Amino acid sequence: MAERHSREETPRAPVALDDRSRALELILPKILAEFQPAIGATVNLVEVTVKPQDVPSLCRLVKEDSQLSFDYLLCLCVVDYLDYLQVVYHLYSTTMKYKMVLKANVTMDEPSLPSVMPVWPGADWFEREAHDLFGVVFEGHPNMAPLILYEGFEGYPGRKSYEMPEYTEW
Amino acid sequence: MSTEGQLDTVQMMVNMGPQHPSTHGVFRMVLWVDGERIVDMEPHIGYLHRGAEKLCEGEIYAQIVTLFDRLDYIGNFNNELVYCMAVEKLMALEVPERAEYIRVIMCELNRVASHLLFFGTFGIDAGAMTPIMYAFRDREKVQALFEAVSGARMMHNYIRIGGVKNDVPEDFRERMDKLIAELKQGIDEGDRLLSFSEIFLARTKGIGLIDAETAISYGMSGPSLRASGVPMDVRKDEPYSVYDRFDFGIPIGEKGDSWDRYYVRVEEMRQSIRIIEQALEQMPDGPVATPVRILIRPPAGEVYVRSENPRGEIGVYLVSNGADKPYRVKVRPPSFCNLMALKHLLRDAYVADAVVILGSLDLVLGEVDR
Amino acid sequence: MELTVGSGNQEPRSMLNRSAPGIITARSEQLIAMARKNSLWPMTFGLACCAIEMMSTYMAHHDLDRFGIVTWPSPRQSDVMIVAGTVVKKMAEPIKILYEQMPEPKWVIAMGSCATNGGPYYRSYSVVMGVDHIIPVDVYVPGCPPRPEALIDGIMKLQDKIMQDAKERGRKA
Repeated sequence: MAERHSREETPRAPVALDDRSRALELILPKILAEFQPAIGATVNLVEVTVKPQDVPSLCRLVKEDSQLSFDYLLCLCVVDYLDYLQVVYHLYSTTMKYKMVLKANVTMDEPSLPSVMPVWPGADWFEREAHDLFGVVFEGHPNMAPLILYEGFEGYPGRKSYEMPEYTEW
Repeated sequence: MSTEGQLDTVQMMVNMGPQHPSTHGVFRMVLWVDGERIVDMEPHIGYLHRGAEKLCEGEIYAQIVTLFDRLDYIGNFNNELVYCMAVEKLMALEVPERAEYIRVIMCELNRVASHLLFFGTFGIDAGAMTPIMYAFRDREKVQALFEAVSGARMMHNYIRIGGVKNDVPEDFRERMDKLIAELKQGIDEGDRLLSFSEIFLARTKGIGLIDAETAISYGMSGPSLRASGVPMDVRKDEPYSVYDRFDFGIPIGEKGDSWDRYYVRVEEMRQSIRIIEQALEQMPDGPVATPVRILIRPPAGEVYVRSENPRGEIGVYLVSNGADKPYRVKVRPPSFCNLMALKHLLRDAYVADAVVILGSLDLVLGEVDR
Repeated sequence: MELTVGSGNQEPRSMLNRSAPGIITARSEQLIAMARKNSLWPMTFGLACCAIEMMSTYMAHHDLDRFGIVTWPSPRQSDVMIVAGTVVKKMAEPIKILYEQMPEPKWVIAMGSCATNGGPYYRSYSVVMGVDHIIPVDVYVPGCPPRPEALIDGIMKLQDKIMQDAKERGRKA
């Protein structure tokens, strides 16, 4: 199901940033200098990769900085890249209309990173769902009970290693 | 809460379980009440978790449109549109103009149908039994048009990657003109019936207040956010498809209570009809789809696309690694984020108001649980 | 017995008719079944997308009230459970509890392909492949979602089944 093609064979989608994202790409490196992030671009968004432990302080910085003011968390999800898990945050600024992707890689054996609930309360259920489906532990989250799976569900269905079942009796 | 000389009271736990006539689907709320006042609340979701995101990784790109249809099962065209836009952005595919206009007309009609359903069910939540009959009368007319265009009343699978599946029927313009006239009349009738009725105002004014800053911090979107005074609409902030060619307004509320959330949607129906009229005037002739093979392999990369669902802002995060099946599909559902604010909304409400507040958020559990 | 040409519905010349004319008799099971089938009260139990088509069927266009059907929120006073939508493993136990709370006689209509056999989600890790793994089903209505006319057809088949069951039970007894 998940085949890894080598980088030389598969074509990569061309990057097509719009004007606002290009302006954002210019001002980001100076503001985030202390975290030494890796700044790049996906097809239509600016992406920033940091170490997992830096995530809450970086989020607080981009929320409170007056040039950026990323006060809206669009989405928080986890992607399984077989060797590591990547936690992806999509951020949006309601005033400046910037969009940004923030990524942090955690290991498969001990996937844990601090929660961003103190910054955006709207991250609550996203983190619980990521925990249910992928097993990522968010330190500092007040309530990590299962959200969308029933109590006693074994395994992490979001991961690639989880087999899709054939017809089963219940 | 007990004072000198009065009875000692104890808090009672009331379970508004997964089967309940007014929880709009399988949603479970556990309330701790003191008399009639709600003291604490805990929502439980997951009773409709079908694993749609994981299933997407096992299907080719063309098959996933049907899975997206069933996410928000009232706004089908809008879900199909956001997914097709994500794949088209990844592949840098151009969609012909006529297809864009047809997509916009169908999505806005779907918005009207969805808000009609909200109008009916919100009336039932507040105790009014007649508006739902009016709402469904108009909804049947819209669904008859959907059937003429796409072949199905719901779950159309009509908006495909590269355009739409087939052209509209020949008498489309006459049918639309007739339908728009009937819808305008129907919306006005419903508005006159319910919006300023004294009982309805007493049940919804001042109930479930939320201010703009809290709403933004929870990630609310759509009419529930616009009712609190925040002018955020993806069709205006980041116009997708051909929305930048139309002249329409965005209704904004003032106080952020349930009545505002309701009336914003009634006004949105009128604005949607404005968009449809303009789109019908401007629609050009031409092909309705760019020829795309069934088995496509988009280039490797990732993309995040947002669009405006009747319920709020839906986002699709699509990661591709060059194969014929996507690597990861993540849906950012609007009702999921709107529901997170429920605890804040219910902080000082009565038990009877809990039903009205939940109804005013206009949830669809298929989207919350995916 | 006299035979008059051109006369149709003659009253049978039985002793009951000669002594008490103008009275129809039937077996009690059939009368009770006729009463039951003409006033089926379903429990409001829409799970997912099929619930919207079910609501459309109740409303004025494809009226179900003319069949005597009134939706009733409480399971304790309803006859029929129309399972409309996908049955998820987390929801399986509440469904079983609700089914057991309904008093006899009760019937179940599985509406839509998700309730019949899992539907488009048949390979999912969290979906029960059809509600008949949990509770016995009387009528299956296929479709995704079934048209309101299809649901009405399913309900009419259930009505036929109720009458047929009453006839057979009477004969066996």
